[in-house]
Amino acid sequence: MDQSLFLCGAAGEGIQTIGEVVARAFLAHGYPVFATSEFESRIRGGHSSTRLRIAETPTNAPRPDADLLLALNPAALDHYLPALRDGGTVISPDERDDKIDSLALPFAAIAEEHGGSKRYANAVAAGALAAAVGLPFARIGEILSTTFAPRGQEVVEANVAAAQAGYDLALERLGHRAPTPLPSREDRHVFTSAHDVIPLAAAAAGCRFIAAYPMSPSTGIITAFSRHTDLGVFAEQAEDEIAAINMSIGASAAGARAMTATSGGGFALMTEALSLAGMTETPIVVLIAQRPGPATGLPTRTAQEDLLFAVRAGHGEFPRLVLAPSDPQDAAVKTVRAFDLADRFQIPVILLTDQYLADSFFSLPEVEIPEAPVRSYLADPTEIHDYARYALTDDGISPRLALGQSQHLVCIDSDEHTEAGHITEDLATVRPAMVAKRMQKERRLRAVVEPPQRSNLEGAAIALVGWGSTSNAIDEAARRLRKSGRAVGTIHFTELWPLPEIDLPRDAEIYVIEGNASGQFAGLLEQAAGTTIAGRIGRSDGVPIDAEFILEALR
Amino acid sequence: MTTSDAYRSDVENQWCPGCPNFGILTALKRALVSLDLAPHEVCLVSGIGQAAKLPHYLNGHVFNGLHGRSIPAALGIHVANPSLKILVTSGDGCLFGEGGNHFLHTLRRNPDITVLAHDNQIYALTKGQGSPTTRRGTKTRLQFDGVEVDPSQMLATAIVHGCTFVARGFAGDLDGLSDLIARAVSHRGLSLVDILQPCITWGAHPVDWYRERVVPIPADHDPTDRNRAIDLALEAPERFPVGVLYETTPRETFASSYRERIGDRPLHRLPPIDRTVIDRHLENMTIRPKSQEESP
Repeated sequence: MDQSLFLCGAAGEGIQTIGEVVARAFLAHGYPVFATSEFESRIRGGHSSTRLRIAETPTNAPRPDADLLLALNPAALDHYLPALRDGGTVISPDERDDKIDSLALPFAAIAEEHGGSKRYANAVAAGALAAAVGLPFARIGEILSTTFAPRGQEVVEANVAAAQAGYDLALERLGHRAPTPLPSREDRHVFTSAHDVIPLAAAAAGCRFIAAYPMSPSTGIITAFSRHTDLGVFAEQAEDEIAAINMSIGASAAGARAMTATSGGGFALMTEALSLAGMTETPIVVLIAQRPGPATGLPTRTAQEDLLFAVRAGHGEFPRLVLAPSDPQDAAVKTVRAFDLADRFQIPVILLTDQYLADSFFSLPEVEIPEAPVRSYLADPTEIHDYARYALTDDGISPRLALGQSQHLVCIDSDEHTEAGHITEDLATVRPAMVAKRMQKERRLRAVVEPPQRSNLEGAAIALVGWGSTSNAIDEAARRLRKSGRAVGTIHFTELWPLPEIDLPRDAEIYVIEGNASGQFAGLLEQAAGTTIAGRIGRSDGVPIDAEFILEALR
Repeated sequence: MTTSDAYRSDVENQWCPGCPNFGILTALKRALVSLDLAPHEVCLVSGIGQAAKLPHYLNGHVFNGLHGRSIPAALGIHVANPSLKILVTSGDGCLFGEGGNHFLHTLRRNPDITVLAHDNQIYALTKGQGSPTTRRGTKTRLQFDGVEVDPSQMLATAIVHGCTFVARGFAGDLDGLSDLIARAVSHRGLSLVDILQPCITWGAHPVDWYRERVVPIPADHDPTDRNRAIDLALEAPERFPVGVLYETTPRETFASSYRERIGDRPLHRLPPIDRTVIDRHLENMTIRPKSQEESP
């Protein structure tokens, strides 16, 4: 079983709510669901869809085609019909004369008759959908009851009645075409997005401060901290991204583990302060949720266009680490690692996610948030006599005291500075020593970055290389190619800068797959490996990379 | 008892000999001593410019950040460690020009910090361009025919935006200035002291020009009288009434609701988060099959 359901309508029609109800119903029946949402940058109207992919085991990767289309309005049906597979089912309120297997149910009229109001039309749709995919009605009824319990018994009953009517009418209309009911399964799943896990992982890693300016698709991060006060993280909506990152750097300088979150345009405003973090050697975690640019670009779509920007951002030269998690579990690992390494090396660390990771819900057997390896790398003031914030040491890392941590005075300066932190223009000795000190950390970082995940490379004729959020799509493409008899391996990077040691397979044809037009990562690989990479598969239409897209490019 | 020796720094001073910034530095030290604050209880935060070098010239914790960004950095430090007395010390270009947006929004936030604006009405470190507070008509090294716009009125702006302590000082009046700074630091909430600091190298006017225009705020001025305070503020740049223009009951300060929840400790001293909180959130994301839920 590998079912792809597209639920589509206009913004404001409640597509996401139906999607959530149906997804939760499947999960409560023991089936893992992968849910992606797609929407336009508007509040009402246009086209939006929630796509559910359901299988016996987690797929956690998108499918571009639909086995079933639930359309809340005729325009949505027209828009999404090309994605329907031959023989797929359509559920919509309108009778159509297309030669498609259509199940026309007037949701609003049914809702009025059985629930007492047109407001319950979406419950009718959810019920009809359950019937069309063989999901027992009880699962939908239970989820509706829980979802609407806060609005009172009357609303719950009306929703359940409307859904039941949708379910019954759909079964009746389907007749012999009705699927056999799906057997229940025993598997439990954590149903979550990377951006829902990151705030938890940040809090577990000791984060106490976030300042951010709202920007899609990053806004969920600060919102989570603000909503979940039990995480104990101070959350401030800044007047702009410049203020956001400078606040976070200030908090970090005073000893708090701190972060900010934004997207490419906001990060552009932050680059001056990224350089400040580099110069002042202040730990900071910056999350960039990528979306297609340039400029405003496509605010609600996905991309991997800001890799080189993250790697190069900021004036002058200073070390930084760039991590790009692949899924919610990896996001938990990378977030804890980001705070740990930022603090240990006193550097900015960039977490590179994207709209796809922000808004897609994965089903995982569990999500494990690692313990922070060290609570704080701040120095012990009782072991220090004369304090100098930028004391030259063998490894380039000075004992760090926070502002106000003890009676030792801490002087932090964005100018080139002496060991004590005061402004200097000593070009002969101090400047070269400070440059060497900072750059030495970059060399040490190279020793801690994790190598890529490599699989099935032995005897591979083709190696598919990717980074960040495309991992599962690339794996799925490789699996399908192997099934058709081709020797295909994969190499997947989630630690991108400094680039880990690379050993590209010599006998395999290399294809680098990424969500941009220019082959940004392929370029970095070429530089590092000293070879030319012929196969560059780029996607820049704002749509997540899926296995079908990769296979099509390889044909 | 803290003495002025505690604040003496041996860092080489880069200001022009005779710069009124020296007066501000002396007045600041006196104020800190009069409040019996030890250097490790004080954090000086600045941006870039000649004024922004001040933190290097006395003892204290120092965050000398980016041009225009002293206030956001100070906000972060303040949230992370509320026990520090934070003074932002930077020039008019840094605070009101490059950092104008931060200044404006921080008036709304009302953090318990003190902002000392070294207001010399010129960009000095970049050698003599007009600043947000330069008088209209002033000829500069960039505005050769004279500045064509009116100066900003940041004191009036501060009062309008709810700042509860707004004062103007004069670098040439050490006693008056140190008293103003001490009152500003003692005031709970955001305090602004705009300090007239004639620039002896690039300024359009000599120190005497300022002395002629600096007038004490009338003795009968009621500092809680908002409208009168705004009128006094708007007398600049023709006359500069010096003293406390506006002082009223402190209002709720920045981050106070967070601090009510979490206590007063510096954030780095808080224990790690209770893992059961994380586990509870993960549990809320977990969906068990109905069949499992029903069996105990």
